[in-house]
Amino acid sequence: MDHLTDLENRSIYIIREAYSRFKNIAILWSIGKDSTTLLWLCRKAFFGKVPFPVIHIDTSYKFPEIYRFREEYAKKWGLNLIVGKNEEQIVCGMGPDKGAKLDCCNELKTNALKRVIAREGFQAVLVGIRRDEHGIRAKERVFSPRDENFSWNYQDQPAELWEQYRTSTAEDNHVRVHPILHMTELDIWKYVQRENLPIVDLYLSKEGKRFRSIGCLPCCNPVESEAVNVEDIIAELETTHTSERAGRAQDKEDVYTMQKLRSLGYM
Amino acid sequence: MEERSMHIVIAGHVDHGKSTLVGRLFYDTGCLPPDRMEVLRQASEAQGKEMEFAFVMDQLEEERDRGITIDIAHSYFRTAKRRYVIIDAPGHKEFLKNMITGSSQAEAALLLVDITEGIREQTRRHCFILGLLGFKQIAVLVNKMDAVAYSEARFRAIKGEIESVLGQLKITPTYVLPISARRGENVATRSENLSWYDGPTVLEALDNFDLLTAEDKGLRFPVQDVYDIDGQNIVVGRIEAGTLKKGQKVNVLPQQAAGVVEEIKKFMQDDMPEAGAGHCIGIRFQGPPVQRGDVLVDEPTPTVTDAVRATIFWLIDKDYELGIPLTFRCATQEAQGVIERIYRRFDPATIEVIEQDARQIKAAEIADVLIKLNRPVLVDAFAEIPEMGRFVLEHAGHPVAGGIVI
Repeated sequence: MDHLTDLENRSIYIIREAYSRFKNIAILWSIGKDSTTLLWLCRKAFFGKVPFPVIHIDTSYKFPEIYRFREEYAKKWGLNLIVGKNEEQIVCGMGPDKGAKLDCCNELKTNALKRVIAREGFQAVLVGIRRDEHGIRAKERVFSPRDENFSWNYQDQPAELWEQYRTSTAEDNHVRVHPILHMTELDIWKYVQRENLPIVDLYLSKEGKRFRSIGCLPCCNPVESEAVNVEDIIAELETTHTSERAGRAQDKEDVYTMQKLRSLGYM
Repeated sequence: MEERSMHIVIAGHVDHGKSTLVGRLFYDTGCLPPDRMEVLRQASEAQGKEMEFAFVMDQLEEERDRGITIDIAHSYFRTAKRRYVIIDAPGHKEFLKNMITGSSQAEAALLLVDITEGIREQTRRHCFILGLLGFKQIAVLVNKMDAVAYSEARFRAIKGEIESVLGQLKITPTYVLPISARRGENVATRSENLSWYDGPTVLEALDNFDLLTAEDKGLRFPVQDVYDIDGQNIVVGRIEAGTLKKGQKVNVLPQQAAGVVEEIKKFMQDDMPEAGAGHCIGIRFQGPPVQRGDVLVDEPTPTVTDAVRATIFWLIDKDYELGIPLTFRCATQEAQGVIERIYRRFDPATIEVIEQDARQIKAAEIADVLIKLNRPVLVDAFAEIPEMGRFVLEHAGHPVAGGIVI
């Protein structure tokens, strides 16, 4: 079995395990390359139709291209789309320039997600994080429980052997399921190429720059790049010496910001 | 470049240099981007240290403050031959469940031994676990050679000790090699200081390991779920062993009923002629109604039983007392049960039997047991078909033990 097919089978197994285990489940779609790949894998796992809601956490600071892409594919793929927003904080003017970026991410992403999960009663959420993105994400389990405060008990994670993913316990608020944890950035692009997946064109070079990782407009910086298509991106990544999230401002505020954000329930 | 990546676990006693080795491997193979190097330099400086290679893997603030690894981390690097997924396991007894989690995902192991300390408690414990999990490819890295002036005599002495401990567990290490992880000697490149050594470097040893390939075995297709897709019942699951063919007659276990595979499909791949081990597929099935936990097989007589003989390793701090109810989970099968007999329990740190016919199992112990279930399940010996010969025991939703069928 080739590398990409191997990765795909691992992901589909996890997605089907999660669906079999939890009745009330949803997928988190940031519209980036990773969660779009995850969404595609869900379509594959269920023969074309995703049988659960797709949540987009909208900070109101996203790129216009992201909103356009969301509308187009929600319609094309027949998605049951839920848009989650922390309206109160947005109205109060919360934003990346208001204070610490940690607070903004925590309010507009984590707390917005908390509201959606509480309102809809989701027992599990599929999230498209990958181990090679960030050292803290490298520590994750595939099924990762969160308590009522959404905190991630990274100092005492459950054992996870042989794809026997932990059953939910009474203490869990919900379980984060990570079906593409084992994929690398390069794997994702090669898979996007093989499956001919649509991606937001922010990833492609315009005037010598492109985004390697996308999120909110004010906190993402493009990298120098001449890659105008997926093939070019793959060639670029084979030789690059900068890390994927080098352009993400929230990671840079402090060495341990990502750990703090994640322990508070960030994706 | 080989197609699939190889998963390697790094084991050994606390402070014997596991995380440092991984950091060094990344650095020496040019797999550390400059901006990540800069972050590491800052974090190292903040703690008054020179470049701390262990911080590549030890990302948690608590790990860096205490200078230990708490949980496994996966990282990726490449050689000209293949991609690697490196799983750095913690060396403390209290984090043994994390070490076992990491090892369960690997197909080869690097075991570090600090030459100034020799074989310690976790060295033996990790050896025991690796032996139990069936590791055949193990390279023992004798680390901190710089601290003993690169003495060949000291290396030979410890090599003998290691081989004798592993021998007790019926493991023959593929390589035993001298290194200095901190100084990068014999990791990616050879060292003048170790000119008396003519075996492989760590990188060469890794490249010499073989990817484990699926062997030709009897069919095992555990049903994961049944979907209604456009009015059709599609039975989904992953083939754990063997090959499933269109038109094939199969047996459904444990109910012992026959049926025929009418179609094998994936999304946008209808009507596949066959599918092999590792593929997640859907099938249209003509036969008795099936559900999650049923297993489709092509042989008449795999073992179907409600009494499972196994070796288990206890993962949590709370002791097990005979009679406490457990959930048994093997592939997609699930059954309720209890441990009926504990034939022997071991302390893997000393490799000695603590007690015969015991009534309890304690943290980090290993035991030979008989598990009695409320319904029959299909199991294979771990040595024959590992995918159907390994299981997890849960109590109240928490995994409490892992086990292999003997």
